[in-house]
Amino acid sequence: MIASKTFHRRKIVFSAAAVALLFFGLMARLSYLMIVRSDYYHQKAEELHQRERSIKAARGTIYDRNGNVIAANETVCTISVIHNQITDPEEVIRVLSGELSLEEADVRKAVEKYSAREIIRTNVDKATGDAIRAYDLDGVKVDEDYKRYYPYGSLASKVLGFTGSDNQGIIGLEVQYEEYLKGIDGLILTMADARGVELDGEAEDRVEPVAGNDLILSLDMNIQQYCEQAAYKIMEEKQADQVSVIVMNPQNGEIYAMVNVPEFDLNDPFTLNRESEGTLSSKEYQDRLNQMWRNGCISDTYEPGSTFKIITMTAGLEEGVVSRDSSFSCPGYRIVADRRIRCHKVTGHGAENFVQGAMNSCNPVFIEVGMRVGVDNFYKYFERLGLLSRTGIDLPGEASTIMHKKENVGEVELATISFGQSFQITPIGLLRAVSAVVNGGYLVTPHFAVETRNQEGTVITKFSYEREGGAVSSETCEQVKYILEQVVTAGSGKNAYLEGYRIGGKTATSEKLPRSQKRYISSFLGFAPADDPQVIALITIDDPQGIYYGGTIAAPVIADIYANVLPYLGIYPEYTKEDKKEEDS
Amino acid sequence: MPEYKVKPKKEKVQRFYDYSLLFVIIFLACFGLVMVYSTSSYTAMLENGDSFFYAKRQGAIMAASFFIMLAVSKIDYHIFPKFAAVAYFLSFACMILVNYVPGFGKEVNGKKRWLMIGNVTLFQPSEMVKVAVILCLACFIVRVGKKIDRLKALILVAVMVLPVAYLVLDNNLSTGIIILGIAFLMYFVASRKKALFGLIVGGGVLLIFAFIELAPKLVEWGILEDYQLSRIVVWQDPESYARTGGHQVLQGLYAIGSGGLFGKGLGNSIQKLGFVPEAQNDMIFSIICEELGLFGAFCVILLFLFMIWRFMVIAGNAPDLLGAMLVVGIMSHIALQVVLNIAVVTNTIPNTGITLPFISYGGTSVVFLMIEMGMALSVSNQIRISQT
Repeated sequence: MIASKTFHRRKIVFSAAAVALLFFGLMARLSYLMIVRSDYYHQKAEELHQRERSIKAARGTIYDRNGNVIAANETVCTISVIHNQITDPEEVIRVLSGELSLEEADVRKAVEKYSAREIIRTNVDKATGDAIRAYDLDGVKVDEDYKRYYPYGSLASKVLGFTGSDNQGIIGLEVQYEEYLKGIDGLILTMADARGVELDGEAEDRVEPVAGNDLILSLDMNIQQYCEQAAYKIMEEKQADQVSVIVMNPQNGEIYAMVNVPEFDLNDPFTLNRESEGTLSSKEYQDRLNQMWRNGCISDTYEPGSTFKIITMTAGLEEGVVSRDSSFSCPGYRIVADRRIRCHKVTGHGAENFVQGAMNSCNPVFIEVGMRVGVDNFYKYFERLGLLSRTGIDLPGEASTIMHKKENVGEVELATISFGQSFQITPIGLLRAVSAVVNGGYLVTPHFAVETRNQEGTVITKFSYEREGGAVSSETCEQVKYILEQVVTAGSGKNAYLEGYRIGGKTATSEKLPRSQKRYISSFLGFAPADDPQVIALITIDDPQGIYYGGTIAAPVIADIYANVLPYLGIYPEYTKEDKKEEDS
Repeated sequence: MPEYKVKPKKEKVQRFYDYSLLFVIIFLACFGLVMVYSTSSYTAMLENGDSFFYAKRQGAIMAASFFIMLAVSKIDYHIFPKFAAVAYFLSFACMILVNYVPGFGKEVNGKKRWLMIGNVTLFQPSEMVKVAVILCLACFIVRVGKKIDRLKALILVAVMVLPVAYLVLDNNLSTGIIILGIAFLMYFVASRKKALFGLIVGGGVLLIFAFIELAPKLVEWGILEDYQLSRIVVWQDPESYARTGGHQVLQGLYAIGSGGLFGKGLGNSIQKLGFVPEAQNDMIFSIICEELGLFGAFCVILLFLFMIWRFMVIAGNAPDLLGAMLVVGIMSHIALQVVLNIAVVTNTIPNTGITLPFISYGGTSVVFLMIEMGMALSVSNQIRISQT
């Protein structure tokens, strides 16, 4: 037996001490990791463990100028199952397939699928959601959610727009004012294991959602409704493709109504509003949808035709190259360069002064005025009246004017521009330009949004719009208003005459391109009262069948609209003594 | 004549038994069981439908091993050398079977570590090698006595340890390193030399640093394989390799860092829910940190330190060199394994699979650890407490 020696003992102690030293080193390392680096790793681990579930913020309500709700939220439910938490799968399958009227096999597939969370159905109405919740089944989640709801259905559909599955705006004002309306989504933070299964009993962090702001529009749903009815009526009567009406306050650019019929159902925006022949491919279907959603008033350009003579008239009067009494003669045509440009009255209007020329909508008169104004000056007024740029209306998708390059404008071009042909503008662009002429020279910005308010009703944002003065002199303005009133009183626009009201306006019948198709857009632009315009309206009727003259078919529609809208806006008929007498007799 | 009979003096001798060591062993074993249950219950439920799946197996093996330990501790350790040769050649044979004979080695996670006969998986022979090496080396050191510092003795130790260590290294780098470490420490204690060992340790440390610095160059020169370099690169910056090699270590670090001072409470780890792969094995210490915090982690380390201290006391007071060397070997084993395991978990050294003694899940490991504990207790039991 060999005894251990003293040096053995020393070395044993030394070894143990060395080990102890290593242990202490590791303890130091642990302290570093668990104190100094603790926050860092803890945060990293949290990021790894937390699962976010968002709580949708309620989207702001949209009101018209009178406080009518035109876009609201409806509470809907999303039904989902969490595989790991289901205790009685048969009962779950039975209840869900029953309550949601789904195929039992489909529900079974979802229930038996080994996944973190399986959505059974979205957009379930609240009553059904509540009913399912009442069963109190393990593993079945009923989450409340919001869905956009439009109480007026199809009214102003192309203006308002609609929202997608995530409540995000897709077209129209819903997308234009997305950031005001959408609010801030809330969050539920839950802990999950490595497979993403939520853990029971772990504390939930909750970030409450902030509802979006309400949007108040200048739109008046009563006017909108009336205009839409009128538009549908004329569309059916004339079997037109589409009819659009814009009613605006020319003084400040507030739009009261913007109609594009046929409208579509905002609560069902993915169903076509017209029957389609045959089956459509998905691309064709999407094209049709885009066509259906298109807001013609701002996105489509057309040759304005005779309504544009208002601009020619303004330029001529402002430049002093023509006055009310200037005399003209119309043989039924005018030779420009090597072309013979016809007047719509083939036999000619004969001798007439400028006012009469306007009342007759005589092309040779306006060609002459255009020639006198000249290209440079003409373009100066286009610029001043905002015709060369977009109006800046608060809707997405506004089209630009398609106009000749100034240096390319020869005599023929100048002549055709003078009576509104060979270039294209949007209806809203024309409406703004004429507004500037009749309101005393102020170039307004057509718009819908007035202000936003929070849920408590406090005004958050007040929208302001550009209103630039000095486009034309007030003198010219008065002249134009006088002439256009004459057009309605006794000229081509006499069908827009409304007893007791002073209405100014201009008719137009434009050819659709290509001209060989013989298809027309007949339109009428009118404002009232003619001495101090408060309402300006433009109707365009696309491809009417039968009689297509603007003065015949478009003007009466505006008269009809004004007959209702003017008193509604507090503008009552004023009868002159003569009128009274006539009535009395 | 019966009257002359004098009571033999022997009977008056009181023997020591290291109850404090026994207590620490029991405590660590029970704590280990709790932690195995805590770390494995969630994944066990998912995989096997029984949250006690791992805890039950570990508990059964632990209970059985506990009695083996008690039995071994009551045997006079002087009988052990008789089994040294058998243990050595048996473990050698098992290693050869596992490594080279098809049909006997069972591959788990790409490593052949399990001995299998027919379809029955038996155990990991590398765990047995540790005990065998401790036993053989202790016997050898006692036999050579003072001649231990001669070159011949060194060569004989090398001949005895290196081949079996190589067999282990082939499939299990960390266990191989532990076997070499045990041999080194035992040799150190047995030898009278000091400076030589200082030089070796110093040189070794320098070599390691140089190796780390030169690793990319070594790959260029074709000495090191790419995958070996990648381990070093991952070790230096696990977060850049979170999706590949750094995943396990990084998840462990998240667990450790989330623990803070007092942890999330027993059973409340989230990292064990599938984030730390096989949390009940090598990475169990990271979950201890997460659940029990820095405080709990220190307690565990201090318990091991206490154990080391008890080994030191037993080895220092052992009746003879054999007892002392046996306990030194056991002490080295526990110390190295604890240090390496915690160093890996805290990303202090590159990742290599080492279990934490008594706590990590693993049957073979528990059985042989308990046998070793039995041997240490047996040595303690031979210490005589003088009556005077």
